Amino acid sequence: MTWFLVGMAGMIGVLLRYGLGMAVWQLMPQTAFPAGTLAVNLIGCFALGSFAGWTANGRLSPRIRTAVSTGLIGSFTTYSTFSVETLDLIRQGWWSGAAAYVAASVLGGLFLARPGAAAAGGGKADGGHG
Amino acid sequence: MVEMACLAAGGFLGAAARYAVNVLAARRPGKLPAGTLLANVSGSFLLGWIAAAGLDRLWMLLLGTGFLGAFTTFSTFASESVNLFRNKERRMGVAYTGLTLLAGIGAAWLGSRLGA
Repeated sequence: MTWFLVGMAGMIGVLLRYGLGMAVWQLMPQTAFPAGTLAVNLIGCFALGSFAGWTANGRLSPRIRTAVSTGLIGSFTTYSTFSVETLDLIRQGWWSGAAAYVAASVLGGLFLARPGAAAAGGGKADGGHG
Repeated sequence: MVEMACLAAGGFLGAAARYAVNVLAARRPGKLPAGTLLANVSGSFLLGWIAAAGLDRLWMLLLGTGFLGAFTTFSTFASESVNLFRNKERRMGVAYTGLTLLAGIGAAWLGSRLGA
C-alpha cells in the first residue's frame, strides 16, 4: 500500500507546485528566466534535507517517511520542466541565463538538500562534508 | 476544477510510477541511483516531446505538469547526489550529477525534435 500513499502525497505535491509556480509567475510575469521552477526546486530540496534530518532518529514509520519524501516532496519538485526550460534558454541564445539557471538549481539544490543540515542546529552536528 | 482534477490525477499516477521504478531499480546492485536517473531522463524526453507537439491546455496539465512533473524529481536527485559525495563516492557523485544534467537536457532536445 506504500505506492498508494506515495500517489496521494504526490497529488498534493503537484497542486502545491502549481500554486507556487503561478504565484511566482504573477510576481514577475515579464521575465524569461524560469524563477517559478527554481523557487519550487530549491524549497523542495531544503524541505527534503530538513525532513531527512528530522526523521533520522526513526520518529516516523518508513511508510510515512516514503510518502512524504518520495511522494509529497518528490512530486513538488520536478526535473523534466528543469530540462525543458534549460533547453529553451539555450535555444533563445541566452547562454548566461541557462548557465545561471543550471548553476543555481544544482549548486543551490545540493547545498540545501544536505541531509540533516537543518536538524544539526538542534541536535548533533552533521559530518561537515558535502 | 477540471484543471485541479487533471493535475491531481497526473500527480497521483506520476508519483506512484516513480515509486515503482525506484523499487524495481533498487533490486539491481550498484551505487548509482538508477531509478531516479531513469525517471528523470525518460521524463525529460517525454516532456520535450509533448511540449513541442503543442498539446491543448488540459492535456498539458494532466501529462506535463501533473504526470511528468511528478514522475521526475529534483529533490531526490539532489539528496542522492549529496549522499554519494558524503559517502566519499566522489567519482560516482560527479558521474550521477553530470549524467543527469547532460542526459536530461539531451533527452529533452531529442524529444522536442520528434515532437515538432
